[in-house]
Formats: sequence, C-alpha cells, structure tokens
Amino acid sequence: MYTYEFSYHKPKSVEEALTLFGEFDAPSFLSGGHTLIPTMKNRLAMPDALIDLRSIPDLQGIRRNGDRIEIGAATTHYETSTSDIVREAIPALAALAGSIADPQVRHVGTMGGSVANNDPSADYPSAVLSLGADVVTNQRVIPADEYFDGLFTTALEEGEIIQHFSFPIPESAGYAKLCSQASRYPVAGSFVSKFGDTVRVGVTGAGSDGVFRWTEAEEALSADFSAGALAGLLPDAEEMITDLNGSGEYRANLVAVVTRTAVEHQGTANVR
Amino acid sequence: MTEVTITVNGDAQTHDVEDRTLLVHFLRDHVGLTGTHVGCDTTQCGACTVHLDGKAVKSCTILAVAVDGAEVRTIEGMAEQGVLSAIQQAFKDHHGLQCGFCTPGMVMAGADMIRRYDGQLDEHTIREELDGNICRCTGYTNIVKALLSAAESHRATAS
Repeated sequence: MYTYEFSYHKPKSVEEALTLFGEFDAPSFLSGGHTLIPTMKNRLAMPDALIDLRSIPDLQGIRRNGDRIEIGAATTHYETSTSDIVREAIPALAALAGSIADPQVRHVGTMGGSVANNDPSADYPSAVLSLGADVVTNQRVIPADEYFDGLFTTALEEGEIIQHFSFPIPESAGYAKLCSQASRYPVAGSFVSKFGDTVRVGVTGAGSDGVFRWTEAEEALSADFSAGALAGLLPDAEEMITDLNGSGEYRANLVAVVTRTAVEHQGTANVR
Repeated sequence: MTEVTITVNGDAQTHDVEDRTLLVHFLRDHVGLTGTHVGCDTTQCGACTVHLDGKAVKSCTILAVAVDGAEVRTIEGMAEQGVLSAIQQAFKDHHGLQCGFCTPGMVMAGADMIRRYDGQLDEHTIREELDGNICRCTGYTNIVKALLSAAESHRATAS
C-alpha cells in the first residue's frame, strides 16, 4: 500500500520544525509513525508534509531531575522499558512500555507520538494521567489533568510540540490490562499510582470519552489501599465503550477487575 | 525524489526514491532483495521484519528517507559465504516453517530476541516475544522449537 504523496523533512531544532510547519497547507509532525504511517497507507490521512521530530535534541533522553524523571517525547517504548532510571524510579511505567504492541513496534514507537495521538486504547495515557505527569511543550507546561480532552483529542494547539514528559515519582504504582486477542490493544487497562495518602487511577481502553480518572476508586483506595476496598465499586456502564470486544457492562466490570489487579501487583504490569 | 543511501547487508545502496517509499519497498523494488516480505501491510504480521541499526523493526511502517544513512540487515544477509546462520540452520533442522512466507520475518525477529536475551530464552518468553510475527499456517510449535535450539546454540557459543 502506498500513501498519498508528501514531502519529508527532518529538522534539527524545534524552531526549524515550526518554520517548516508554517510552510505547508496540511503538514503533520512525525515521530515513530507507527499509528500515522498505517493511517496514511489506508489513505485515511493525507498530510502534504511530514516533519520528523526524532532528530531534535530537546525531544530526546531520559533524565532524573530531583524528585522527578523526565522522558523525551522521541523516546521509544523500548528505551523507556529498558531504562535503568525508569525501572528504578517507576518500575510500572517501564513495564507498561514493555507491554505495548510487540518488540518490533517498541523499537520505533515513541511516548510523544502515542500521547499526542491519544488513542482511547493506547497504554501511555493511563500512566500519564494516573501519575499526574506534566506534558512539557515548546509553549507551556500542561498538567495531565488538563491535557486529555476526549477521543484522539488533546489540549495541544496547532503547531505545538511535546518536548518531554515530567513524571513525579510515586511511592508505588502498578498497571494491569486485558488485551484484545486480535489487536492486542487493551480492552481495559488501569494504572494505579500511590503518593502517600493520595491515590490516582487512570483507565484506558474502556471509557467512551477516552482515558479517564476513576475518582470513586481513588477515594476508596486513598482510605484503604487494598483490592478489597474496591468491593462493589463499578464505573458507570453508560460511560463505557460498547463494541465487538464487549458491552459497556462488560467493560465496567473489567475496569474493576484490572484496577484490583493493579493494586495487587504494584511495581509491575500485569498483562492478560 | 530524494537520494537515499542505506547500507544493506554491508553494501551501501544509493537510490533516488519518492519520499513516501517505505523501507520494505526500498529493499524489494530498488535494491532487488525480495526475501523481505509484505504480508499484512498493517504493522501486524512481521513478515517484513529487518534489523535497522541492529534492532528488529517492521520495514512496512518505516519511510526509507527517514533512515537515510542507517544500516539494515535482511534475511539475505544472515548466511555467510553460503553457510546458513545458526538460527537459519535451526529452522531447517526443526522444520520451523510450512509455507515459508513468514519465515524471513520469524528468523529476523528470532535473531533479535536471542541477541536481546543473550540466548536466555524459554518457551513462554519466546511465545511472548513472537507477538509481532504471525504464521498463517499456525506452525508455531516448530518455530518455537527452532528458536529454543538456536538460543541454546547461542549460549553454547557464548560460554
């Protein structure tokens, strides 16, 4: 399959990328391209220019910065999953990265690309939201709670570029998901982060409005951090996705299951 | 058209290609190496797996222009001087193929996982790591046997 024609550009700085972005009618930024290129091959997208952000130094690297870790937007899932810094500080985040798609995809796909795309079934948004990361762009710092804005929609403005993510380091965190047997995308995934008495739960794959915080579970877990504290709690089935993977009721129950699993398996990713 | 140079199996290959040319088409149509297959074309089946700067990737989802200057290894670069690599020999010995269409991708993905795990692979890990490669004949049993054998050879050689 061939995409429509476009021109390819590989800027070396954010400034150069923005200049290029202004020169075309329908440009698109490119990172790992493992969503964008298949979409273009299916001719569901037809940018006239691709501006590849992966050679820009500001978007690269994994750093410990005081009590936070910073991950460049162009960091591949493989780099995140094998980083000693990430494994030591937030092992569940490294494990989540190592559970995305398959080894070949993890060698190329990037955190920035995934979070900019905000696929309702992507893994990373649950971690970014649960951990309360900051999304640092060329223009501003966007707290995770203000970043995600529905299916494939974010607070990013036209021409705004994610440079890196700044994650606070939790006391503990865990991720659990049930994958579609065909696509391997999560049918429901839950990332549970514990910061002292505060617990945050980010759920992906299930919400009809994309990734969401399950606040009732957060309150219950903040009072008693145990799987038992979630007994009887379910998110509203009306707000869950209904598709060939399952009904809203099924997904609501599954969200409860994977959230309990994430509480019970802190420090890892439990993938089924 | 853009001039792109990619070192393929040790040979620098320079070709003028459209910016939309995928790495798999650069290899098959411009370099003439057709061992790298296009199976699903949707980044799922892994038949197009090659090594890009030493890591397994799906060449149907990478633009050739984006990897200008890179080194690529394909299935044609696995045998040396007419002698099959250990992993290819293992696929032969264990009959790790039926129709053979997925085999180039299986071999390249397998070589990559053996490298990453330094041969420390068990059946469960191999099956998990083969997530990105589909055999439509469903001949996984012998593929896994071949990879277990190749991993064992790797450990024996390394020690």
